[in-house]
Amino acid sequence: MKLLAALLLLPALYVTSPEQGPASSLKASVERGSKVYQTICLTCHQADGLGVDRMNPPLVKTKWVLGDKKALAKIVLNGLKGGEIQIDGDEFHNPMPPQATQLSDQQIADVLTFVRNSFGNKASAVSPAEVKAVRKAIGAPAGPASPAAPVKKAPVKKAPVKK
Amino acid sequence: MLLTKRSWILCQALLLAAFSACAGDTTGIAKNSPADNAGLTLPASFSAVKVTSGLGRARHIVAAPNGDIFVKLDKLKDGKGIYQLHDSNGDGVADTQTGFGNFTGTGIAIKNGYLYASSNTEVFRYKLDEKTGKVDEASVQTIVKGLWDKHQHESKSLALDNDGNLYVNIGAPSNCCQVKDREKGSPGMDPCPILDSAGGIWQFKADKLNQGYGDGVRYATGLRNVVGLDWNTEVNDLYVMQHGRDMLFQFYPELYSQKDGAENPAEEMFRLKKGADCGWPYCYYDNAKQAKLLNPEYGGDRNKTGRCDMKTKSIVQFPGHLAPNGLLFYTGNQFPEKYKNGAFIAFHGSWNRSPEPQAGYFVVFVPFKDGMPSGKWEVFADGFAGANINRAQYRPCGLAQDKEGNLFVSDDSNGSIWKISYKKG
Repeated sequence: MKLLAALLLLPALYVTSPEQGPASSLKASVERGSKVYQTICLTCHQADGLGVDRMNPPLVKTKWVLGDKKALAKIVLNGLKGGEIQIDGDEFHNPMPPQATQLSDQQIADVLTFVRNSFGNKASAVSPAEVKAVRKAIGAPAGPASPAAPVKKAPVKKAPVKK
Repeated sequence: MLLTKRSWILCQALLLAAFSACAGDTTGIAKNSPADNAGLTLPASFSAVKVTSGLGRARHIVAAPNGDIFVKLDKLKDGKGIYQLHDSNGDGVADTQTGFGNFTGTGIAIKNGYLYASSNTEVFRYKLDEKTGKVDEASVQTIVKGLWDKHQHESKSLALDNDGNLYVNIGAPSNCCQVKDREKGSPGMDPCPILDSAGGIWQFKADKLNQGYGDGVRYATGLRNVVGLDWNTEVNDLYVMQHGRDMLFQFYPELYSQKDGAENPAEEMFRLKKGADCGWPYCYYDNAKQAKLLNPEYGGDRNKTGRCDMKTKSIVQFPGHLAPNGLLFYTGNQFPEKYKNGAFIAFHGSWNRSPEPQAGYFVVFVPFKDGMPSGKWEVFADGFAGANINRAQYRPCGLAQDKEGNLFVSDDSNGSIWKISYKKG
């Protein structure tokens, strides 16, 4: 009987799980990533992902975005000093702040999946496990504790302000 | 003036959405058909023709006494970094264009038989026959070398006075001199060590070879990045346009709304005396408060002025992030009297206003009397952006005036040059 119940429940679990079919999990990741993009990335890379001439590189149809996922995740985690990215003979000069402590593995995976599947781009999704592996490999600091659940005015002990 | 005081206040309140319209109203800008003016919108009785296009990153420009236009490119075109445009039949369109110089950069100027041009670390000069416009390429000399190029704000724009001095902008490779540049929460360094080698205007001798930092004088400091600058020969002073800092809203949403962040800080015009300190990175000009305030990286709360009370004040303020890349005091006799000795400013257009709509991409005029602004700024030439303000088609960068008083504007997106003329209607 127990077994039967479990078997009956399984399809229901399957339907509600985020791990269901790859198409809809991609869609969910892209949706979450879109929000991260708007908050963190849009100011420099712009709403259309085309960046700013000579300053902030475009994210559209470039090997930096569509190529090696590890290299891409590393850029987001560590940031850039400025000048490293060259596309069609143009250098991009603005530094990019590192996001290792700002964004979780899940958020980075989502935003990269969003970028790789937006603005006319079409490339495979990036998983949190892949970001986690890169974070470990390059020794980047840990992400925020629980970014997925924004804390509602938890009682905060006022720490003495360091002058 | 067509504009009542009340509607002017309303216009000011409407800020970005309205400001080009407001400025237009103050001058009665007539809409000319694009076919007439090579796509530009100009005041009545002005007309424009396209001198050339497709030069690529056409930064600053200068007119030689014979009428030729020299263009400094920030990306080589067919291996050349300077182009000379010659109009042989007087229709305004360049009939021949020849390239020379193998370095990229922004600055270009003519003085006493020499053409000066800069890379992002050096200033060179060539002998120029001012009557024929002929450049002696083999005569190239290095005037300044070894200046900072650390990627951000790397343009070395130039101006020369009438006493044998050369002024070079050395932009700060930083947004606000934070310990970690452009990282939210990183504090400002105090004092800011960048100011020893950048973030100001340096003065060199116009005819001494191979000068470095040690030979120059830090003429003015506390300037984040200046691309547009000009020596005003009427009052013999240097005037500069500062690009203000980025990211006020993104870094300090508790102090600045998204709209505040788009409108602030002001892009500012300074009249510089030797030794001026214009306040960067400690201070910024808040357009809403109409005051020079402490930057939040240095303890600012949008009210405190602190040390900023002691800094050099700007003489004109513009909405945020418009990127003033060209400045020219008009000394010609062709344009109507109100333009004489006034300032034209080429605004490259914004990026840090997003997610608010971008703005700029126009040439502005500020009337002057005795070296000080004598009226409100107004849009002079518009229409560069085209249909999508967030993806401007052309981006104004350099300005030049020829002997006949025509005004030239360069665009560094496509490499177009316009010639703007006036004819009594």
